[in-house]
Parts: sequence; C-alpha cells; structure tokens
Amino acid sequence: MAGERRNKGMRLSKLYSFKCLKPFSKEDHSQIGSRGYSRVVFCNDPDNPEAIQLNYRGNYVSTTKYTATNFIPKSLFEQFRRVANIYFLVVAFVSFSPLAPYTAPSVLAPLLFVIGATMVKEGVEDLRRRRQDIEANNRRVKVFGKNGEFSETKWKNLRVGDLVKVYKDEYFPADLLLLSSSYEDGVCYVETMNLDGETNLKLKHALEITSDEEESVKNFRGVIKCEDPNEHLYSFVGTLHFQGQQYPLSPQQILLRDSKLRNTEYIYGVVVFTGHDTKVMQNATDPPSKRSKIERKMDKIIYILFSILIVIAFTGSVFFGIITRRDVTDDGKMRRWYLRPDQTTVFYQPQRAVLAAFFHFLTALMLYGYLIPISLYVSIEVVKVLQSIFINQDQEMYHEETDRPARARTSNLNEELGQVDTILSDKTGTLTCNSMEFVKCSIAGTAYGRGMTEVEVALRKQKGMSMTPQEEDSLSIKDIKANSTKSVKGFNFWDERIVDGQWVNQPNAELIQKFFRVLAICHTAIPDVDSDTGEISYEAESPDEAAFVIASRELGFEFFARSQTNISLHEIDYMTGEKVDRVYELLHVLEFSSSRKRMSVIVRNPENRLFLLSKGADSVMFERLAKHGRQNERETKEHIKRYAEAGLRTLVITYREVDEDEYRIWEEEFLNAKTLVTEDRDALIDAAADKIEKDLILIGSTAVEDKLQKGVPDCIEKLSQAGVKIWVLTGDKTETAINIGYACSLLREGMEKIMITLDSPDIETLEKQGDKDAVAKASFQSIKKQLRDGMSQTAAATNNSANENQKMFGLVIDGKSLTFALDKKLEKEFLELASRCSSVICCRSSPKQKALVTRLVKSGTGRTTLAIGDGANDVGMLQEADIGVGISGAEGMQAVMASDFAIAQFRYLERLLLVHGHWCYRRIAMMICYFFYKNLTFGFTLFWYEAYASFSGKPAYNDWYMSCYNVFFTSLPVIALGVFDQDVSARLCLKYPLLYQEGVQNILFSWERILGWMLNGIISSMIIFFLTINTLASQAFRKDGQVVDYSVLGVTMYSSVVWTVNCQMAISINYFTWIQHCFIWGSIGVWYLFLVIYGSLPPTFSTTAFRVFVETSAPSPICWLTLVLVTFSALLPYFAYRAFQIKFRPMYHDIIVEQRRTERFESGTRTTSAVSGELPVQVEFTLHHLRANLSRRDSWN
Amino acid sequence: MSTNTASSSAGSGDPSTARKNSKRPKYSKFTQQELPACKPILTPGWVISTFLIVSVVFIPLGVISLFASQDVVEIVDRYDNDCIPAPARTNKVAFIQGASPKACNRTLTVTKRMKQPIYVYYQLENFYQNHRRYVKSRSDSQLRSPKYENQISACKPEDDAGGQPIVPCGLIAWSLFNDTYTLSRNNTPLAVNKKGIAWKSDKEHKFGNRVFPKNFQKGNLTGGATLKSDIPLSEQEDLIVWMRTAALPTFRKLYGKIETDLENGDTIHVTLQNNYNTYSFSGKKKLVLSTTSWLGGKNDFLGIAYLTVGGICFFLALAFTIMYLVKPRRLGDPSYLSWNRNPGGR
Repeated sequence: MAGERRNKGMRLSKLYSFKCLKPFSKEDHSQIGSRGYSRVVFCNDPDNPEAIQLNYRGNYVSTTKYTATNFIPKSLFEQFRRVANIYFLVVAFVSFSPLAPYTAPSVLAPLLFVIGATMVKEGVEDLRRRRQDIEANNRRVKVFGKNGEFSETKWKNLRVGDLVKVYKDEYFPADLLLLSSSYEDGVCYVETMNLDGETNLKLKHALEITSDEEESVKNFRGVIKCEDPNEHLYSFVGTLHFQGQQYPLSPQQILLRDSKLRNTEYIYGVVVFTGHDTKVMQNATDPPSKRSKIERKMDKIIYILFSILIVIAFTGSVFFGIITRRDVTDDGKMRRWYLRPDQTTVFYQPQRAVLAAFFHFLTALMLYGYLIPISLYVSIEVVKVLQSIFINQDQEMYHEETDRPARARTSNLNEELGQVDTILSDKTGTLTCNSMEFVKCSIAGTAYGRGMTEVEVALRKQKGMSMTPQEEDSLSIKDIKANSTKSVKGFNFWDERIVDGQWVNQPNAELIQKFFRVLAICHTAIPDVDSDTGEISYEAESPDEAAFVIASRELGFEFFARSQTNISLHEIDYMTGEKVDRVYELLHVLEFSSSRKRMSVIVRNPENRLFLLSKGADSVMFERLAKHGRQNERETKEHIKRYAEAGLRTLVITYREVDEDEYRIWEEEFLNAKTLVTEDRDALIDAAADKIEKDLILIGSTAVEDKLQKGVPDCIEKLSQAGVKIWVLTGDKTETAINIGYACSLLREGMEKIMITLDSPDIETLEKQGDKDAVAKASFQSIKKQLRDGMSQTAAATNNSANENQKMFGLVIDGKSLTFALDKKLEKEFLELASRCSSVICCRSSPKQKALVTRLVKSGTGRTTLAIGDGANDVGMLQEADIGVGISGAEGMQAVMASDFAIAQFRYLERLLLVHGHWCYRRIAMMICYFFYKNLTFGFTLFWYEAYASFSGKPAYNDWYMSCYNVFFTSLPVIALGVFDQDVSARLCLKYPLLYQEGVQNILFSWERILGWMLNGIISSMIIFFLTINTLASQAFRKDGQVVDYSVLGVTMYSSVVWTVNCQMAISINYFTWIQHCFIWGSIGVWYLFLVIYGSLPPTFSTTAFRVFVETSAPSPICWLTLVLVTFSALLPYFAYRAFQIKFRPMYHDIIVEQRRTERFESGTRTTSAVSGELPVQVEFTLHHLRANLSRRDSWN
Repeated sequence: MSTNTASSSAGSGDPSTARKNSKRPKYSKFTQQELPACKPILTPGWVISTFLIVSVVFIPLGVISLFASQDVVEIVDRYDNDCIPAPARTNKVAFIQGASPKACNRTLTVTKRMKQPIYVYYQLENFYQNHRRYVKSRSDSQLRSPKYENQISACKPEDDAGGQPIVPCGLIAWSLFNDTYTLSRNNTPLAVNKKGIAWKSDKEHKFGNRVFPKNFQKGNLTGGATLKSDIPLSEQEDLIVWMRTAALPTFRKLYGKIETDLENGDTIHVTLQNNYNTYSFSGKKKLVLSTTSWLGGKNDFLGIAYLTVGGICFFLALAFTIMYLVKPRRLGDPSYLSWNRNPGGR
C-alpha cells in the first residue's frame, strides 16, 4: 500500500512551538487513582483477566429515546404529562363506572387513537435514530487481533484497550490514545468539525516513546490510568505506565470519536473510552426544548376551557340537585314516579340530593369534555410536521452550489417564524461568505489593488455619488479581467502594476518581492498537488491564510511543497525574470494565537541568511517595529484605515533579518523555555518569542475581503420593511462592522448613528494608570452618560415625529462598552435605547456576550427573537434565542446542530420568515381558533340539551357520534387548514413585507380574536339547538304521522353541527384547492357514510342509531329543511361580521387580496401588465411551464 | 430531472449537468404550495349578492313551509284537568291512584275537513323520557330474543319480580302509557287502527316475535299499562312506540290512525280511560287528532324561521348596499396598507 510509507524526515513537532506542548498541571495527575480518576486501560491487551474484570462498556452506541422493551411505558408516560391527556385518561377510567354519561368504549376509542397516533410518530422518529445508530455501529475499523494481524471489525465490537489502525479521512471509532502515526514523530491532523464545528485542522501529537514503527507498536504493552468518562472535550488527565516508567498524558494525545483523520496516512491508537463513555457521547445532551408563544398561549386557553367546563358542569349539577330533591315530596310521595325515586341508586337519590349533585358534577365533567379538544395536540403535531416538510421542500430555499435545501430541524417553532420581532445576526459567514478574497495590499507605502469591494460600491450608492472616470475605469478593467481570465477562488486582485510579473518594474520591486515571500512562507498551510493537473490547492487553518497563499501563488510565488524543515517556492527572480525554485529552511514557527495576534516564522534562505517573517494585527505589530523600519508607517496606517472602512480585514506584514549569533542565543533560551516543566512555561515561551519578534521592518499590509453573501442587502431591506429589527453581533472591528452595516443596508444614509464606545482619552489615561476599579467605575459612568444622551436624542426625534420623515437611528456599540451596558443596572436603559433604534450593531463581542444580548432582548422586550449564525461561537446565541437559525455553510455543522432551522444562505431568511413564517403563523393561529370554535359549538349543544333533560346527564347524541366527532368528521379539514391555507401567495408575501406585522403584533391570535371565535361557537350552538328543537317539536315530522324521538332529534342536530362547522371552515379559509374541497365535503360525506354503516349494525351495537338515517330521517323533508335553515343561520353571524369587517376595518391581507384582484382585472382588460409591472398570473403560469418543459428537454438531450 | 428554471434564481443555467444525487427538492405544484386555488373575496358585490340569494331562496321556502303547515288540520284537546271529577280536583294524585272509575267523555268538533289518514296522538308534557336513569333502564337484548331473558342488569329496580325476570324489564316499559280512547262520530263508532304505528325496523329488529311478556307489572308497585302475555312483543305496538323514547319533555306519541275522512262540523265523542298519572309531576295530557302534509304535522315555526332569516338577509343586503353607497371604500385601497392606523402597536 503506497500510503503506508512513513513520511520520512517530517518532524513537525519541533517546529510548532505552542501546539505540541500543551501545558499540564501536576496537580491533576496526582489525583489519578482517586475518585473520578479510576479508569485503567490495558493497552493492546483487552483479554487480560484484570481488564475483563473491569467490565467497561462496549463501543455499542444507542441514541434512541426508547428501547423495544421500554417504548410502551415510557412513551405513555410522556403522553400523560399533558394536562388534557390526563383529564381524558381519568375520564376513560371513570367511564367504566355508572357515573359515565356514555359507554366506556366510546370514550376510550378516541383517546387510544390520539395516543396511538402520537406514539406511532414517536416510534417512527426513534426508528430513524436507531437506523443511524446501526449505521454507526457497523462501520468498520482495523483492529489488532490475537493472530498478530490487523483485521477489520465492526465499531460496536471494539473493546477498551484494543489497538486500532485508522486511515486517512476515516472517523475515529472511539476515544483513542494516539500511539504513532505515518509521521515519524507521531503527529497527526484531526478535523473536529463534528465536535465543535471548526473546520481548521488540529494537530495531535503522540508521546515520543510510543511513536514507533508498526512492528513495535504491535507489541506495545502498557497501562493507562486516567480520568473517568466526562464531557470535557478539551481536557484529559491520565498517565501511561510503560516499561516501568510513568508518562503523563494530555489532550494532545487523545483522538476523539467523531473527529476525522486528515492529512495523515494512518495512525495507531489504543481505545481508551468506548461507546457512551466517549467524550462526544457524554456531551450529547438534548438541545433546550423550545415551545412557541402560540403554544404557550394555547395552554392558557385550555385552562379557560377547563374553567368553562367546570362552570357549566357546576351549574348543571345545582339544577340537577334541586330537581332531584323535588322528586320526592315532603310527605313521601313520588313526583316523577316513572323514575322510581323510592328505589334508586345514590346517583339519583332525592334524600341525598347534595351527594347526587356531586356525582352528577363528575358526570357532567365527562359529558362536557368535548369542550376540551382531545385531538388538538395531535393535530397540531401532524400539521407542524407537514409544514416542516413544505419548508424542506421549498425550491426557493435550495442552494445550488452547496447542494443544500433548507431544513426545519424541529417542527415546534414553525409558527414562531411568523412572529419574529428582532433578528440577531452573526456577521462572518452569515452576512458574509466567509471565503476570504485577497483584494488589496499596501506595499512600501503604495496602495495596490484596483478592485472595488461591495462595501465600497454600496457606500457610494448610499452617498449617491457618481463614480469618477478613473474609478469607472478601474471597474471596467476588473470586468475585462474577469472576462478574460478564469476567476480564482480566494483571489480577486487586479492591478496592472503587479500582476503577470509586472511588479519587477515597480520602483519598490525588492520590497514587493519580500512582501509576497512573507505571504508565501509565513503560514502553516499544507499544499496538495493534484497529480493529474499539477494544480496546487492548500489546506489552511483559516480562510485568511489560504487567501494569502493563493494570492502569492497567483502573483508568482508559488508555494508547492513543505517538508519537515523546508518550504519550497517557485519564484520569479526580479533580476532575471526567470522562474526559479527556492527552498527555505524552516527553523521555527511561532504560531498565531488570539492572544499573540501575530504569527512568525524563522527561515534560512538559500543564500544562508536568517530571516524572521512576521504578520499580525496592526494593534500589536506597529509597536514592534524597529526605528529604521518605520519608513512607510504613516502611509501604511492611512491605507489600513481606508481598508477597514471598505470592510476589509487587514494584517501588517513585516520582516527582519536575524544574525546567526543572536539566533543561536535566542534559540537556546527558547528551547530551554520549551522543555521546562514548570507552570509558568507558557509565559516564558511567550517572553522568549517576544524577544525575537522585535525591531521589525514594515513592508506593508494586506487587505482581505470577506464578501457579502448574495442578496444580503435586499434581504435585510425587505426584513426591515417588514418591521423586523436586525441586530448584528460581530467580533469584528468597529469600522469594519459599520461598513458592513452600510453595505448590507442596515445603516442608511440619513440615519443618525449613535456610537457608544469607551475609546475616550480620559479612560485611556486611566487605563494606563492601571487602576482597574477606577477604570471600571469611569467606564460605567461614561456608558451611562452615553446611553442617557442617546435616549434624549431619540426622544427628541420621536417628539418631533409629527412631521412626516421620522428620523431613524442606528446604534453601534463595542464589546467593551457592551460589558457595562449588559450590567444589571444599565441593561434596561440599553434595551430601551436599542429598541428605539432601527438597527443595532454590536462589534467586538464575544460568544458569551452574543448569548447575553440575545437573552436581554428576549426577556427584556418579551418579543420573539431569532438568532442566526454559522459558527461554533454562535451556538450560545442560537440556543438562547426563541428561534435559532443555522447557516449550513462552510464552517462546520456545530451551529446547524444547535439550530432549529438550517438554511444555506442568509437571503433565504427572507422567504423563511415572510413566506413560511407568515403562513405557518396564520395557519396555526387559525387552526387553534377554529378548533376551539368547533368544540364549543358541539359541546354547548350538549349543555343546552341538558336543560331540556332536567340536567340528568343524558347526551343529546349517540355515544359513537360523539366520539367520532373530533377524530373523523372534523379533523381532516382543520389539518388541511393548518397545512395548506395561505392568505396570499408567496410572491405577494414578499412583495408586501408589511404583511408580516400581522404575526409580530399577533393580530390573528389576540385574545379578542380567540374569544371572538369562542363566542361564535357558543352562538352557533345556540342557533343550532334552538332552531332544531323548535322545528322538530312535538308534531309529526313525516307524512306518515311519525313523531320525532330521541334518535331523530340527535341525528338532525348532529348533522347540523357537522355541516355548520365544516361550512364555517369553508367560508373562513382563504385557499381553496381540490384538497380542501375533498376534505371539507368529504368529512360531511364520511358522517353520512358512518351513519349508514353504523346504522345497519345490529341494534344491540347501534342502539339509537339503528337505521335512523335510512328509515327515519332521510325520507323526511323537514329534516333536510331544518338542516339548511340551521346551517345558514349558524353561519350568518360570522359572515355578516366578516363582511362588516372587510368593509370598515379591513385586515392587511384583505387589502392585498383585493388589490391583487383589481390589478389582475385591470391588466386583463387593458391587456397590458404595465400597471402592476408584472405579468398577469395566467401568462406567468404558462411561461413557467414552457420554461420547465424546455429545461426538461434540454436535460434529456 | 425537471428543473424549474423560473423559480431557481441560483444560477442553474446548466440543466445538462444532471446531478443524480442532488438534494434539490423535487418540483411539483403541491410541494411548492402553488396549487391552483380559488376563493371568492368578500367584495361588496359578493356580500350583497350572497345575502340577496339567501333571502331570495329562503323567503319562498318559508312561504311554502307556512302553507304546508296551514294545510294541516289539528284538533288538540287537553283533558288532564277536566277528566278529574270536580270534587276530586283538590287531590288529583289521590284520585288517579284510587280505585274510582276513570272513564271520561270528551267532545271534539271538526272545524275543517280532515282527510284520512288522521293520526291520533297523545301528548304528554313535563314528562322526562330523556332522563338518563330512565333512558338506560331497558334491556335491548332481552327485547330481542328469549335467550337473553335474564339480561336485566340495566333494568333496576324493575328488573325482576320475586326472582323471576320481568319481560320487558326496566322503567320505560314499566311506565307504559295506559290511557285509552274510544272514538265515535255522530254516535257511530270510529275505528282507530292501532296497527302500523310503530317503526318497521323496531318491529322487525328490536322487538322479538318470540318474546312474550312475563311477570310484567307484577312487581311491588304497578306502573302503567299491562300487556297481554300471549302476544309477542313485536306485535305490542303501543309498547314499541312508547319505548322509542322522546327527546324532549313535551312529546306526542302515536295512538292510532283513523282511516276515514272527517267532515267539517262533525262532532267526535271520545270516551277515554284516564288512568295515567301525570298529576304527581303536574304534567299535561292532551289528545291530538291531526292530518299531515308533506312536511308532517302543524308547526309554523319552520316557515317563520325561514322568513325571518330570509328577511334578515334581505335587510343586511340592503344595509350593506346603503353603506357602500354612502361610504365607499375603494378595493385594495393602498392607504389602508399601513400600520400607522394603529400607532403604539409597536
């Protein structure tokens, strides 16, 4: 196997000063053996009797919620955590007692159906998880077996102590101790995207004594004593006992399950933690479960219904008690003798009427149980799942390049999408692409790079400035260039002075050469040469770094190979203009870290001179410049400022020649520091590094553009038109953030900017004095003052708001100020100010601050927040917000895993909110209102009937009619409403973003509306009941003289209810497709079908329904006439109300629908679409089809 | 692969590169929620015409119903009070429970020609046949077949008499109505046909033709009528009618049919046995003779209701017309497209 050769001569561990020597503290290791640190692993010896005795868990992993045995009890338990379900369960039990107003099976059946449906749903979801588990458990890995060979086995069969071999691009099957790798010094690269979402490669490093060849690895015997399983990904405490020696282990030697081996041919490892003991599994907690506002409100409504239920049951019981007491007169005579009150059970005993009334109360609670919609929860769940499918299926939210459609990862929050008041957005990777492009640079005080960034273009547009001829020129050059050469990813640089080797003619050619050499050498990227095309691509730790290497490649400094100590470039010699290969000896790499903010390499060039090449943030680099290295400082600083304003990320490029002696002295000191084992080693290494990174000579600076994603400004524009507030929370510099703000039209010209910052001279002087308390106090006061000022500024504007153009405000606050603004004492004011501004930008904010800001907005305003982000640093924010949306872009899956919805591009947010959110909100809100309506309509007819049956608890209808009501006769239309209804089409939703306010202001689910629907239900029930009993009074109802009895009245009234609620659905929905027709009229049909079938069963089953329709009520014209009368009358109040409302207080969508109609009408008559600027629907439709056909034909050819 | 170019803005300009494993959602009108749909919006025209159409349909229907109801000739005679001899009226319950003769004569006058068949009903008021205890107190299986004679658990306290099951058991059967009417016109007896007053399905499927009354009214307390024990239940039509419980406390039940026409001015003498005790719960008793129309008996309510609803609709149509004329709102008026109308909503 070709890949099996070891990369000879690669000792990367020596170069990387920081990564390979992670600190460990002795204290931890002393704990080994005590509690919490008791794990013992016999390496490569899992059959050791002692190891078997330890009996650690296998590598079998199960993430399912249920197992085959506990599914039924556990899922049942889950079900009955809902109040409504408990109520129905109690009812079901009591229904076996004589208290029940109806037969037990008719109560049990719908309950079982509902519970069963939910359980099936749970089961299916769990099965899916199980399938994933099976897939993971059956992956294969090579394990060293008894036969002395590596043989393949399934993951689930791995045991603690097994020696495994993992190849490139394979996942680690368990938490492993790295023994050795294809590199001589036992390093390997690991991608931890599945763990923390970071795409950059991490270096892992085996202990020196274990990093041997395969043969010795096979005979490796040792004992690891280490910590017990825990969830800390970045810590590991353990010791390796090997050949009588003890070696401390650190996280550096641990390879975690679910991370991937990269850039390394193979590794050997010993299994330390298996299965659920692995760190990733220990970490697997369920994300916080979120519930939507509507659902929370729904619970309140359920309580209202319970109160109504109790009130009417109580009323009935009081009357029942009074009537029952009077059944026996004072002198012992029976009044209603036909009820035999003298010989009765306790439930009807006149002598103990109070007790009877109490029992009746229980009966009534069951009888009016139809007020509580048993199927509401299950219907909502079904609806939400279907809505999620629609979101997933939306072609408009599918991203071609990454092949990613939108994903609703949870279906709980669909309707919440329609109520978002504030969006909190990450910047990098969310608003921008997170693919860096090298666009400009400043070398030796001269700015290069003609291209205009999108930010600049946008800024110009904002300012309304026309372009100067020169700029237009540069743009057109860019166009020409874009057309002539193929575009290179990560490179968008054009300057005729530099490209195509022209830089050799520049006056500063030497510096230019140095500049690009630094870019080509000072990095940690690894080249990857395509053996077929010879093209080189790079694996870099960060996209910025990749952009630099690519830029230097494009400009003639092609980095093509890296060995342990050498970096090889193809270079153009500026003297001769020829292409030569140069090899630099790499002596040390002082890596980038967030505290150092710089990176340096020390190399020996082919001419045997030593150089320190360094790049870093301006804040740390300028202070390290040598006196004679500051020649171009002023210009460079000016350029850096301009670049930052143009939304670019800048780095300062410097170098320095080091003489041999100095280097030798330094190296000694540095290596000493490295080998120290004391706690302050880190500080010493830093100090040592500091010593050589000084007296630098400035060459210039780079400017990399983090490009805005496509459509971001439009999307933000639309969202703010919809009245959604957008906050950007970014880690970037203030200037960059502001400019991105302008570019994506968050900040607009004419908007007043309120800056809150601590960059004031007084505070800086205080900081210099180093009195922390004083600084904190002064900062606090300063922020307080700035907030007050902002408030008065906005207040002044709102007071003058009588005039038309209300002033808009944008708030910009930096991370340091944010720390104080988020203080308990100031947060209220901060929030108040922020909510008066139409956009808010928080720069330099940490992940923690992002989450805190989110929490502040969420709890402070009580409005719905949506957080959107793509990286691991956004996870806190995503989980904190009401809705978390993850961008499933390049930067790993961590954000997506923590999100509720995943989209590929920021611009899809527009559609997700304005279309799907709006629809889902409408649907769920209407659905719930309608549910209450239909159950009140039905439940109250029962109550009115009771008044005519001396409140004895006899329902007006046959038991089975009632139990089928929620499940068969009314369920499908309401589900169709919840899944399909739309007030206006997607296109109009986007065209009139203001429509979205219906959700934000919660107009469709306000208490007035809910109570209105309830009232409508009660009115309908009254109309149904009283009209029916009066038309079908005591007289004959057929020509043959028969009179109405209990069964006929029940059937007629019930039919009226079914017709009314279904027709109510028909007139209240806005979207009538064949599905709605099918379900609405079908439900009515099903009722009659049911009546016929059930009525034909033997009378012992069907009791009062026996042949009642076929023989009795269908041939009677008065039954049908009653039905028509009742249905129309019951719908009349709602219809009249709607007509009135549309006339005088039209809702927003009503207007849009009307406008649409008139537009279509006008454009139809004028045969021109100029009025609306759009094609009429029909035409559009036809075109659409033609195009679809055309493309289909194309794809066949 | 069917690419929907019209909607795919994301530069899918190259349909020939058909990606087999693309996760692109399939296009269909259904999944993209673009199904053709129609829904009339409530424009003034629609509102007014809907109201008008309803009123135009309902008012004639009401008139027809009223006519049908008017066609019916109905004679109602309340006799519960009059059939108690005046001296006994202070304690009617004692009288009805006593042994004194209960016969009573009533005279009815036909005011309009009544075509046969004329239905004879008795009407009870304030009688709760729909009481839960009462309704449940029967045994359908016992009625159906002699095999299940012992299924009497639901029938308490009228379940057995001295350990022997009562057939038919239960409170409903036990309280069977037992007033009888004998009719004569101009001193010639008027035949009242008591056959065919029950529902066919009841006779054939609910009440067995091999089930005979047993121990009926033999309990410690006698309720209503007795049954001839040599006639099977399926032929006891009075019982069948009675056991089809009424829905409301005021109800009529068929007593029989008169199969001759009654002329205007005929006087009908009724000799009735006033046996049934409605006095203890002050329920009224009425004898009703009625013809039927295609709509059934006499009840103006349906017609009036139709006229009312039709009238309301007509009124609403008128009102809306006036409103639209007085204060028109242009359809889709964009001035309404603003949330400024409810300031402070934010």
